[in-house]
Amino acid sequence: MAVMKKKGDKTTPAISTASLPDVIFMILFFFMVSTTMREQDILVKFTLPEATEVQKLEKKSLASYIFIGQPIPSLQAKFGTAPRIQLNDSYKSTQDILEFVASERDKLSENDRLQMTVAIKADFMTRMGIITDVKQELRRANALKVSYTAQKTLGY
Amino acid sequence: MANKKVQEINAGSMADISFLLLIFFLVATTMNTDSGIQRVLPPMPDETQPQQAMDVKKRNILLVFVSKFDDIMVGGERMDITQLKDKVKEFVLNQTDDPNLPEKEMTKIDLIGNFPVSKGVVSLQNDRGTSYNRYIMVQNELTRAFNEIRDMVASQYFGGKKFLDLEEDQRKAVQKAVPLKISEAEPRNIEGGK
Repeated sequence: MAVMKKKGDKTTPAISTASLPDVIFMILFFFMVSTTMREQDILVKFTLPEATEVQKLEKKSLASYIFIGQPIPSLQAKFGTAPRIQLNDSYKSTQDILEFVASERDKLSENDRLQMTVAIKADFMTRMGIITDVKQELRRANALKVSYTAQKTLGY
Repeated sequence: MANKKVQEINAGSMADISFLLLIFFLVATTMNTDSGIQRVLPPMPDETQPQQAMDVKKRNILLVFVSKFDDIMVGGERMDITQLKDKVKEFVLNQTDDPNLPEKEMTKIDLIGNFPVSKGVVSLQNDRGTSYNRYIMVQNELTRAFNEIRDMVASQYFGGKKFLDLEEDQRKAVQKAVPLKISEAEPRNIEGGK
C-alpha cells in the first residue's frame, strides 16, 4: 500500500535566503569595479552634443574637466542664465583657466604631464564665443590636448 | 561544561549590511564613460619672435567656415553638412591630381613603403555666434572624412582590416600616411558680409 499523504496541513517551505548576501555582494563588487567615484558637484546644466566619431578618454586620471553651460536652476536666481564656466567647484572666469591648468598639472607625475587632456563639457546650445575664449586660454596655458566631450550616437 | 560548542555567529544580517554597502556605492559613484572628439590645439605663437608669414599654397588649404547662423561655407561656396565629408575626402585624396587640389609628397613610411602624403590642410573657422552643437557636427564630419580615408588606406595595405583593428605600429604608419591636418584658426570677428 502506498503511503497516504496527510492532507490539510501542507505548507510551502520557506525560500532559503542563505545565499542572498552572496548575491548582493556580487552586485556590489560589480558596481565597485565598473563605476568611478563622483568627484565634483556640477553647478551648470548641460546637454552634451552628439557625435559619431568619438574616442574614449584613455586615462581618466589624466583628464581635467571644464564645464560650460547655464547655472543649474537653483542657482539661477543668484547668477542669472548666462553661460558660465565651472572649474573645480565654483564658477570661474576665463582668466582663472591658466591657474587651473597649472594646478591640475602639478597633480600629475612628471611623465604624465604631456599627456594631460582637458575635457570640455559644454552645453550644445552654447555659443562658440565663450568656448573660443577657453580654447585661447588653454593654448596660452600650453594644455594643447583637448577633448570635446560628446555623446556617441550611431549617426544618421 | 567543558565541551560547550562555540556558538555560530548569526549571519542573518549579512544581507542587510551588504545592501547598505551596495546602496552607498550606487549613490556615490558614476558610471559614465567620457568620450569625445579629441584634438590637439596649435601652440600659442611666441610673441617675442617676429611673425613669419605662413608659407602654405592656396591649393593646399580648404577653408571651412561656420557662420553665426550655423551655415557652412567650404572653399568659397555654401554647402550642406551632408556634403562636407565627401568634399573633404575629395580634397585630401586628390585622386585625379587636379592642380587646384593639394599637392602630394612621396614619403617613405615603415610597413607601407612610398606613399603620397597629402599636404592639404583643412582650416576650420567659426564665428563667435556659432552654436557649439553645429561646431561639433562639423568637427565630427571632418573626423569622419579622415577616419574613412584611414580605413581605406588600412584595408589597402593591411589586408582588408579597419584602421581601429590594426596593430599599434601599423596604426602609427597609417596615421603618418594620413595625418589629421585640421587647423583651428585664430578666432576672428566677422561682421556682416565678407
